[in-house]
Amino acid sequence: MPKTLAEKILSRASGRDAHAGDLVIAPVSRVMVHDSVIDAVMAGLRELGKERVWDAGKVAVFIDHAAPAPTPVVADSHRVLREWVREQGIATFYDAGEGVCHQIMVEEGYCEPGTVIVGSDSHSNSYGAVGAFGAGMGATDVAVALALGRTWLRVPASIKVTFAGRPRKGVTVKDAIMRVVREIGTDGARYACMEFHGAGSLPQGDRITLAGMTTEMGAKAGLVVGTPEAPDWLFPDRGARYANELTIDLSTLEPQIAVPPRVDQVVDVSEAIGQPVDIVFLGSCTNGRLVDMRQAAVLLRGRRIAPDVRLEVVPSSRRQFEDAMADGTLLALSAAGAVIGSSGCGPCLGRTGGVLAANEICLSTANRNYRGRMGSPDAAIYIGSPYVAAVAALTGVIDDPRLYLEATEEELDALVARRRAERRGRGAASVRSGDRSRELMIAAARTGVAAEIDD
Amino acid sequence: MTARAWVFGDDLDTDQMVPGRYAPFMVGQDKFHLYTFCDARPGFAKEVQPGDVLVGGENFGCGSSREYAVAALKRLGIGGIVAKSFARIFFRNCINLGIPVLESADALSLVRDGDAVALDLAAGLLRGPNGDAPLRPIPHFAQVILAAGGVVSYLREHGDFPEIS
Repeated sequence: MPKTLAEKILSRASGRDAHAGDLVIAPVSRVMVHDSVIDAVMAGLRELGKERVWDAGKVAVFIDHAAPAPTPVVADSHRVLREWVREQGIATFYDAGEGVCHQIMVEEGYCEPGTVIVGSDSHSNSYGAVGAFGAGMGATDVAVALALGRTWLRVPASIKVTFAGRPRKGVTVKDAIMRVVREIGTDGARYACMEFHGAGSLPQGDRITLAGMTTEMGAKAGLVVGTPEAPDWLFPDRGARYANELTIDLSTLEPQIAVPPRVDQVVDVSEAIGQPVDIVFLGSCTNGRLVDMRQAAVLLRGRRIAPDVRLEVVPSSRRQFEDAMADGTLLALSAAGAVIGSSGCGPCLGRTGGVLAANEICLSTANRNYRGRMGSPDAAIYIGSPYVAAVAALTGVIDDPRLYLEATEEELDALVARRRAERRGRGAASVRSGDRSRELMIAAARTGVAAEIDD
Repeated sequence: MTARAWVFGDDLDTDQMVPGRYAPFMVGQDKFHLYTFCDARPGFAKEVQPGDVLVGGENFGCGSSREYAVAALKRLGIGGIVAKSFARIFFRNCINLGIPVLESADALSLVRDGDAVALDLAAGLLRGPNGDAPLRPIPHFAQVILAAGGVVSYLREHGDFPEIS
């Protein structure tokens, strides 16, 4: 019988002829654990009576969710985690500041295509970016996988998503996947695997955006077909059976905005124009890569964000951080007024970085806008692409980024000025540090004491 | 035995159960359960009694994989959860920690918040003042784990997963 990608992977892993609905027990090629669940995972292992993980070479541990430690309680938990890593002899350990677990798992090559990986984080679906069956699980499931090197899975039915056409300028993969969420809903892919066709040649980072967001539709896994990393056998059979099929025409797609407090409450950007925001977050495993920071920098280079808006940029890994440093992207964003955070999950889940106050409105490039997700339950979170984030930072409102990308310099400045003028009475205009000292130096130079100051 | 029913709607996410800022990780292992539903249903953690039943709609427990949301419910002694459907990680977490999770198409329309109900697993019914809601049988594999009180006790006793038939 022809098989979907999920059926193929789980058949191969379990050694059975597995089809949707079957229960299988499969070995895992790797187990991913992160800081925020480590206490429960360790407790689970202890209760299981296991002193050692099944294979220290196949365990990857990350401190990223609340990192660097924001409170003494968290710091203590990190200390215990580091001791555990040392005792267990786990070499694949990434400490605070190295980046988001999913970004590192994929970009550092820890996700073997065609294998099963259990992760302690719901966005472990991200590993499907390279054709690995990554499934997020709770702490006890993770402890069991660490103890046995195996996990049980019900073989999911699959939903086939095909991307057709080329997106217009200013429309991104984030918009494409938000369009899918809009169609499928937050539970439309519950227990299912989402299989993406027509996306295999996208850059790896964009494929992480796709696969990771399948979590927001309830999916067990999200697999991209035809990636360069995939071995020859890793393709869905012609005639495989799908529970649902969906085609997204990228050529007519508009930038998409998720309206709080639901990830599937998605509208075309035209319906959200003028929505004021107080803070913009560019980062997370969904959109914290060089490509995302570059998209924002296209609009922010040589400009300043609105003085009464805050912009936080958190690169998703040290590599992305350093690449964005090397090509000047981070300098451009900082010069525009962005706060650059150390690589990690950042404020996406409201534990570190700029958490939200009551009544504050955030435009985030991350993946969730639930009530309370980024801080106060009375804050509101809109989700959009990096382009939308850049425009929101620049103007203080949500707007269609295509207007700005197509405008001349003068038109753009006029557009920004108009939007800022329309948005009144939020926050307070901040002085950008560095401005005054530069002015003082210039003034001093005019009076002839510059040489001494500069020395 | 009767219990109080606590009724919720569709897509109740784990951030509503225990917000990230009250993770055990943030407030300590001994306190996080005291924040259960602190935003969505203030007062819940004080009023809930062991054996009480949660009733919900579609996609119950969606969102973050945080097992401490389930651990908090366990700590408060929740006797079972009946919903139209469950998010997959939440479902697994409940089975693993030994909280019965049961699908029912009718429970949400039959049960009102505060009703005295009885979760009759043997009969496969959630009994309430407005009638009995039939419960979908739990898959055998999960039933075996639940009967052992969770996956940890099961594995301690048997050393491996239940057989897959």
